Amino acid sequence: MNGPARPDPKLRAAFFARRKWMNRVALALSLVAMIFGVFWLMWILWETLWLGFGGLSLTLFTQSTPPPNDAGGLANALFGSFMMVALATLVGAPIGVLSGVYLAEYHPRGWLAVTVRFVNDLLLSAPSIVIGLFVYAVIVIRFRQFSGWAGAAALSLIVIPVVIRTTENMLALIPSSLREAAYALGAPKWKVIVHVTLNAARAGVVTGILLAVARISGETAPLLFTALNNQFWTSGLSGPTANLPVTIFQFAMSPYENWQQLAWVGVFLITLAVLGLNILARLLSRHK
Amino acid sequence: MTIMTDTPASAPASPPKMSVRNLDFHYGKFHALKDINLDIPGNQVTAFIGPSGCGKSTLLRAFNRMFELYPDQRATGEILLDGENLLTSKQDVALIRARIGMVFQKPTPFPMSIFDNIAFGVKLFEKLSQVDLEERVEWALKKAALWDEVKEKLFQGGASLSGGQQQRLCIARCIAIRPELLLFDEPCSALDPISTARIEELIAELKKDYTVVIVTHNMQQAARVSDYTAYMYLGDLVEFGETEQMFFKPNRRETEDYITGRFG
Repeated sequence: MNGPARPDPKLRAAFFARRKWMNRVALALSLVAMIFGVFWLMWILWETLWLGFGGLSLTLFTQSTPPPNDAGGLANALFGSFMMVALATLVGAPIGVLSGVYLAEYHPRGWLAVTVRFVNDLLLSAPSIVIGLFVYAVIVIRFRQFSGWAGAAALSLIVIPVVIRTTENMLALIPSSLREAAYALGAPKWKVIVHVTLNAARAGVVTGILLAVARISGETAPLLFTALNNQFWTSGLSGPTANLPVTIFQFAMSPYENWQQLAWVGVFLITLAVLGLNILARLLSRHK
Repeated sequence: MTIMTDTPASAPASPPKMSVRNLDFHYGKFHALKDINLDIPGNQVTAFIGPSGCGKSTLLRAFNRMFELYPDQRATGEILLDGENLLTSKQDVALIRARIGMVFQKPTPFPMSIFDNIAFGVKLFEKLSQVDLEERVEWALKKAALWDEVKEKLFQGGASLSGGQQQRLCIARCIAIRPELLLFDEPCSALDPISTARIEELIAELKKDYTVVIVTHNMQQAARVSDYTAYMYLGDLVEFGETEQMFFKPNRRETEDYITGRFG
């Protein structure tokens, strides 16, 4: 048996040359696309650094937002943002992790899991302004008061779906042989989950939480109708609460030069924080 | 080739540690084990051999009720451990698994230190002082012939060990709970020949204190380590007897064909 004829070496070479050429074209196109994307990103970063860096000073962290054409800082906005982000994470992360555990470990194909997964996907892609309006209707109107609590509630509604999704995905990556080995020792289900599967997925789960924190630190829309903003320092969350994103929005739109400068500094600080969180998430997922 | 489904299994001389009676197993609608009957003698090594898909791993996973993790799998019949039917036992399945340890095909170190890998299982069933716990971990690691290689790094992650060491860690983890029966599901298929030889030596050593059941693809391995051998094919137990007799003068033609490599 001879099988199919061997192609003529010249034809083979010509065919191969054409393929190599196609390869170069594809490579060139993807390089152009990459440069196009990175160019804008770099420009944004550069502009932020350039305009924000000049306004950096210690008074940023010691003084509250000033009236127009006066000196001041961002202390109240930084503090309010920190409080709301921390509270939203403290509430949202455990709910998200526990729900993710249910979806991955308990009844992954049950009707409840299928429903939760579907709703979660909707929530994940819901515009954040919708979440802001929802919390406005449910909390702000009911208590007749804009408040930091409402702001934190809106932010936690953004944290939950992100954490559910990453937790479920990370747990699904754990091989079933590891679970079986733990069950074979006679371990009860909750111990298998806490000590073995969740422990093995730890880096991924923490990364998901960090990315959720990064996401909500810059969210403006959910805070517009909930925490609103505040010119003054407040230590509680029961009234309108100063926060960085809305302050930036307000100051950047204003005609006052000192406000605009502070807006750029705020943008600079948020960018830096988000960058830091992303790098931390990267480092964590690498050291497994 | 025809196979009679009601092949009687020859009963070994020593008293059975585990007896299987009229066991049927289903994956959904697929009938994976058909009316299995056999007695596994205590303090001996029993090997299950047969081509892929013959049901030998399924049988092993029925012994510690591992299949219950998956809702569409079910077993009917009797699996008697010292006379008690495990399939209908009122006992919590965890207590059954404490008596029947299992080592899997791929090493499965838990995401924790070498020490904790072993302490995890022990702490499930016993409340030991720190000193006793350390003693137990050392005992298990020595028993699994791993102590000398890891005694300097007990608090490093279990995943940092080589494949063969990880498998011995899994064996140590298993025997640390002090089970009566050990199930090995192709324990050497992911290991190199030297690690395989070490595990085989270990199995021979372990039978003094444990009843051992091993599933293997490797017939030479079955011949080397086991006292009794069962040959399975398409969900039937074709022949079961002393290893020497199974390999040198099997009663059934099918067994001989498989062992001599004419089939399989």
